[in-house]
Amino acid sequence: MKQLKVDPIACDGHGLCAELFPERVRLDDWGFPIVDGDVPPALERHARRAVSACPVQALRLQKRT
Amino acid sequence: MSAAPTMELPRPFLLGDDDLGPLPLPRDLIGLLRDAGLRGRGGAAFPTADKLAAVAGQRGRPIVVANAVEGEPASAKDRALARLSPHLVLDGAVASAAALGTRDVVVAVSDAALDERRALERAAAQRRERVDIEVAAVPHGFVSGEETAVLNALGGGPPKPTLKPPYPFERGLDGRPTLVQNAETLAHIALICRFGAEWFRREGTTLVTLRGAFRQPGVHEVERGGTLGDLVRKLGGTSRPVSAFLVGGYFGRWVAARDAAALELTPERLGAGVIAALPADASPVAETARIVRYLADESAGQCGPCVNGLDAIATALDEHLHGHDRLPQLRRWTEMVKGRGACRHPDGAVRFVESALDVFAQDFAR
Repeated sequence: MKQLKVDPIACDGHGLCAELFPERVRLDDWGFPIVDGDVPPALERHARRAVSACPVQALRLQKRT
Repeated sequence: MSAAPTMELPRPFLLGDDDLGPLPLPRDLIGLLRDAGLRGRGGAAFPTADKLAAVAGQRGRPIVVANAVEGEPASAKDRALARLSPHLVLDGAVASAAALGTRDVVVAVSDAALDERRALERAAAQRRERVDIEVAAVPHGFVSGEETAVLNALGGGPPKPTLKPPYPFERGLDGRPTLVQNAETLAHIALICRFGAEWFRREGTTLVTLRGAFRQPGVHEVERGGTLGDLVRKLGGTSRPVSAFLVGGYFGRWVAARDAAALELTPERLGAGVIAALPADASPVAETARIVRYLADESAGQCGPCVNGLDAIATALDEHLHGHDRLPQLRRWTEMVKGRGACRHPDGAVRFVESALDVFAQDFAR
């Protein structure tokens, strides 16, 4: 299982991640992502799409630590 | 400010004579500090031996950073130490450097702390060891005392936190494994090197800063342990009736005055040692709103949940104070912000708000 992480310093709250990966990302009241980190293999493709769509590269899909 | 220890304290003192002669270097500082049970005095109460061991376990040339920045405005103990016992702080830094096999020590102070900086520079110039001690100023601010913010500022960047990992022990100043220790922690290390772990467990002291309605506000050196009630009594009591104490500073928790006698002052609760007494005739909601507005304004401005969340919470507290029920928003947003910053600033702020909502439930209810 992989883990989705957001870098809160890099994140500008564009919100694309929540649109592309609603299974694990929702937006807070100010438009910034709240990430539920665990990404099972079945969802990895969606997660990768969100990671590559982030305009400031604030999302990372990584091995669980 | 009263910087003198209370009379019944055993010698030696943190805020006593700091020129204690040549520093005996222990063969195993990590083991010694583990035996002493010393916990960091910057606020997080992290075991000092573990932090030192983490740096020692890294490859590369380590460096020691003495953190005397003390961003928390209610705290004055690190500045008191820097002025009154600068050699103790340097002793601790030198002992840590020796344990890590390095000669590089940087002492970070706030650029607003002119006397402290001078005292540390004067002390550094008097040292005889072959250690390179540099005293450096970082921009004043609440968040600039956070360890990654200190390192960022020392490296020429803004005094703002960076994302962890990498942790300072892995990659800190100039990319080197970096030991960042609070000034008081280092002073404890100095005394433990001289008087031993058993002495510290038995007689070691700690520094606290009293604010608000105390008879003797300011910095005091006290015995460790005991309850909040014991401490308040020993330090002369309150100057007027008090409804609650804020224990651990702006990132701490409110404790109702009636619970003070039962509250054990553990290292975690004490944090960096700030205790404020709220007069019974003051409004807890107003005081909470004031502090949270300050904390919101002191956000480093880097992370969305902190910038937006703390501002929203501070505004809601102000509106609540002025007669609008904002309890649902306050509960929602404190939960929403938690754990979502690069540093612990938002977490500390919402913990403070939650304790206010809990302890002052009647004042917040309408």
